Amino acid sequence: MAHAVAVVGTGQTKYVSRREDVNIPEMVREAAQRAMEDAGVTVDDIDAVVVGSAPEIFEGVNSPENWVGIAAVAAGKPLMRIHTGGTVGASTTIAAYYHVASGVFDVVLAVAYEKLSDGIAQYGLSACYDPLWDRDFACGAPALVALQTREYLARYRNKVTEEHGAMVAVKNRKNAIKNPYAQLQLEITVEDVMRSAPVATPLKLLDCCPTSDGAAAMIIAGDRKARKMTPRPAWIAGVGTCTESPYVPNVDMAYPESCVRAAQQAYQMAWIYDPLRDLDMAEIYEAFSFQELIWSEALGLCEPGDGGRFVESGRTAMDGEFPINPSGGVLSSNPIGASAMIRQLEAATQVMGKAGEHQVPGVEKAMAHSWGGAIQFSTVTVFSSRL
Amino acid sequence: MVELARGQEDAREPVTEVTGAMDVVFKHSYGEHYDRFYREMRDNKRIVGIKCTRCGGVLLPPRPYCGKCYAPTREWVALSDEGSLLTYTCVHLPFIGQPTDPPYVYAFIMLDGADVQFPHMLGEIEPEDIEVGMRVKAVWNTDRKGTLHDIKYFRPV
Ligand SMILES: [Zn+2]
Repeated sequence: MAHAVAVVGTGQTKYVSRREDVNIPEMVREAAQRAMEDAGVTVDDIDAVVVGSAPEIFEGVNSPENWVGIAAVAAGKPLMRIHTGGTVGASTTIAAYYHVASGVFDVVLAVAYEKLSDGIAQYGLSACYDPLWDRDFACGAPALVALQTREYLARYRNKVTEEHGAMVAVKNRKNAIKNPYAQLQLEITVEDVMRSAPVATPLKLLDCCPTSDGAAAMIIAGDRKARKMTPRPAWIAGVGTCTESPYVPNVDMAYPESCVRAAQQAYQMAWIYDPLRDLDMAEIYEAFSFQELIWSEALGLCEPGDGGRFVESGRTAMDGEFPINPSGGVLSSNPIGASAMIRQLEAATQVMGKAGEHQVPGVEKAMAHSWGGAIQFSTVTVFSSRL
Repeated sequence: MVELARGQEDAREPVTEVTGAMDVVFKHSYGEHYDRFYREMRDNKRIVGIKCTRCGGVLLPPRPYCGKCYAPTREWVALSDEGSLLTYTCVHLPFIGQPTDPPYVYAFIMLDGADVQFPHMLGEIEPEDIEVGMRVKAVWNTDRKGTLHDIKYFRPV
């Protein structure tokens, strides 16, 4: 039986397109320091450190754990680096969770980061494709997600339109205005999105996430310590991760099996029967607007094909019954290696009641989702105010 | 030790960044299954898949085991160079190393006889006329080298 585990402190940096005032280790240290201060712990209280970041080619530094590990207070302690495509930030937290749930460690620092402005993000992303197969046609992240989006729109041509994607882009950029850490804080309209330049059809510029510099960190603790550290920890009630192969029969990018299965694992562990009823909100990894609709369906928040209606109804707005991405989501800030952790950090912070201006009232249970790779990695984490 | 007077450091130009660059050539091994696949394309203008011994799926790219069942594959299957369009996108974004200048249409095609999509490009059609489900056929290049570019693109049938 796994030990009970909670998030007891969080820290993040302001996400911006380029930070020149810090180098990578300093930026990591900034998030780690804020998380330690939030949890009221010092370097001596940390038993182990897990760091996560995206492919080295993004920043041009191999084995980044060599320099960020030390910045993240790992000297004299066990250190691991995690990498799983876009889900890496979430996998970093989940690895820290495993450290503590196993009973081997009491207090673990999880930190994830990306300084995309140091390199060329789309080049790095294009180099993620299989050089033996499809690399020459794919183009960064937008091309693959454009194929996913077209498949989705073609399947539900009578129910979901390009305007539905635009509604997500409008909603999340507006939510970001109340999140002091968000990069794109925009008051835009559906028409603005529809008229923005094509990137990879049907994705237009305003359907796409920005590239960001930033870091996020969380302090993960076992139940005995967690209760002493904070009166309201965010308990990690459910964890699900799943991987699927992109080149096998019956792959369904519009309803990915890895997402469905990760959600099933996390819900079962957290005693969630109906996620829309049993959870209060979600932070979903929507690097591109239409993905919020696709993931809402795969996560069981609405029926397949109802994603468009789901956002149009206003139920997922900040003042709706089930807010999705109150933080502004990935559409507003995307330091890739950290983005999946930011989803968890935001969900945990909502449960702890410490989200500030974008706090959703009365959150008891919240979900964080992420995806990565060739739409092949998925994670779902459920946080709860009660054990 | 010389102590800098306050404000003295501000008199100089700031040192903000250092430039790094990598110019590296990689040689990725194909292995015997890709070797057979690309030789069939180059020498015979033929696309071949391989069948999983457990689920019976005809797989692309060919490989020694199925990515779902992890059962071995055995039988090579000749596929049609014609199929149905699964999904597509018109790429407008340029990127480093891109062999085709945007805009171009990137597509997943389900070739007749295959159970896994084939990635390629569409041509001889305006992007606004493309429809998911439409029938398309390979247009082969005359100068073939054993890469996916041995096919120029797929055109509507
Ligand atoms: Zn199989």
